[in-house]
Amino acid sequence: MNDALLALVVVTALAFDFTNGFHDTGNAMATSIATGALGPRTAVALSGVLNLVGAFLSLSVAATIASGLVDTNLVTLTVVFAGLAGGIIWNLLTWLLGIPSSSSHALIGGVIGATIAAAGGHAIKWQGLVSKVVLPAVLSPIIAILVAATGTYLVYRISRDIKAGARTHGFRIGQIGSASLVSLAHGTNDAQKTMGIITLALIANGTLHSGASAPFWVILSCAIAISLGTYLGGWRVIRTLGKGLVEIESPQGMAAEFSSAAVILLSSHFGYSLSTTHVATGSILGTGIGKKGAEVRWNVAGRMATAWLFTLPAAAITGAAGYGLANVIGGTAGVIVVFVILAAIAGFIYLRSRKTPVSHDNVNAEWTGSVEPAVPVTV
Amino acid sequence: MDWINLTALWQIVVFGLLAGAGLPALFAVGLKALSMGGRTQTAGAGGPDGDSEPMVGGNPLGIMLASVCFLIVLAAIAGGIYFIVAGS
Repeated sequence: MNDALLALVVVTALAFDFTNGFHDTGNAMATSIATGALGPRTAVALSGVLNLVGAFLSLSVAATIASGLVDTNLVTLTVVFAGLAGGIIWNLLTWLLGIPSSSSHALIGGVIGATIAAAGGHAIKWQGLVSKVVLPAVLSPIIAILVAATGTYLVYRISRDIKAGARTHGFRIGQIGSASLVSLAHGTNDAQKTMGIITLALIANGTLHSGASAPFWVILSCAIAISLGTYLGGWRVIRTLGKGLVEIESPQGMAAEFSSAAVILLSSHFGYSLSTTHVATGSILGTGIGKKGAEVRWNVAGRMATAWLFTLPAAAITGAAGYGLANVIGGTAGVIVVFVILAAIAGFIYLRSRKTPVSHDNVNAEWTGSVEPAVPVTV
Repeated sequence: MDWINLTALWQIVVFGLLAGAGLPALFAVGLKALSMGGRTQTAGAGGPDGDSEPMVGGNPLGIMLASVCFLIVLAAIAGGIYFIVAGS
């Protein structure tokens, strides 16, 4: 029992949940913002509210994402803390670069790295890792590409005679509905991951008995953290998804969001808590393939795929390093030192991002090869 | 000890295509039906708004067909929300 340490872990978990929110706003809303179906600020507000609602809708998965991946008996508070730190740092770095990488992978990678550092490789359920995380991560974007490309092809084929103005307007309405569904599903899936982590910490601390479900304050605080993060809007990632990968029109946007919603909901039905980001990115790529003559920037897609490959190991190494440092110093003091370093890194990344800010003002600016707009606005 | 659940995989692909690609296609059919003009209307007649290109063409059959399409899409979205709430 160590309540100071526990409080630090809970704060870090909520901080992760917050980064999870703004890192993933684009999954649901990038296409709606890019096509003008929703104004940028309306889009993030709507998505924030729906994430909040989504977090309360279902609690069945809140058990914990970790239980199938690591031997939970070997997980201590310090391990959870170091894992979260690894996840946060990777999320912030990829956000700075405008890369839509998986927040779930960052979290899982961080926890696995910290667990290996603490207890060795035998504490990891490798088969669970491959069959529940790695394979779905490879397959889900491919399925999303297939579904979205088919949908886009059909939509353009069917609607080619409709007058351009009416068509754009009509599909924008459809887009708002499907993007809302993705936001809702995101709130349910991702907020529960943090709820699971905090519950795991409470169990590791002996506050809750093993097998307990998430207390209400955990649900509430996670819901608020992810919703606030979403509302803040990860404009860099939104810009890459909405403008960088493919130039998107409203029929494509609608096809992409329906595809994302369908693949995410079906996969979670079969017990795969896969990455919303991978699915959304696959869907957007698919709409570029399904529309004749659409430009797909394969170099941007390639950069993303590379980042996805590195997410698990990079977050794992960071998590392991965090655990190592905290362990060398020892006890609560060690965790506090790592916490201060984490805050310093986060502050540094934030300051760096202010040099070339991306906001609701320039999120849709012409894509000139990087996430940073050619003419940065000064707010 | 299966590494990959093939049953789940093909179901995700098939139902994913049905819902993820079929629903947008149905929505497109709805929009097309909605835009069907009445018999007296000719292309370019447009209506009082001139160049705003109204979504509703005015053909009663088209409007009915469109309503059916949109209702199915709405029902599917409601089904999706139920899916989330039920915790699947």
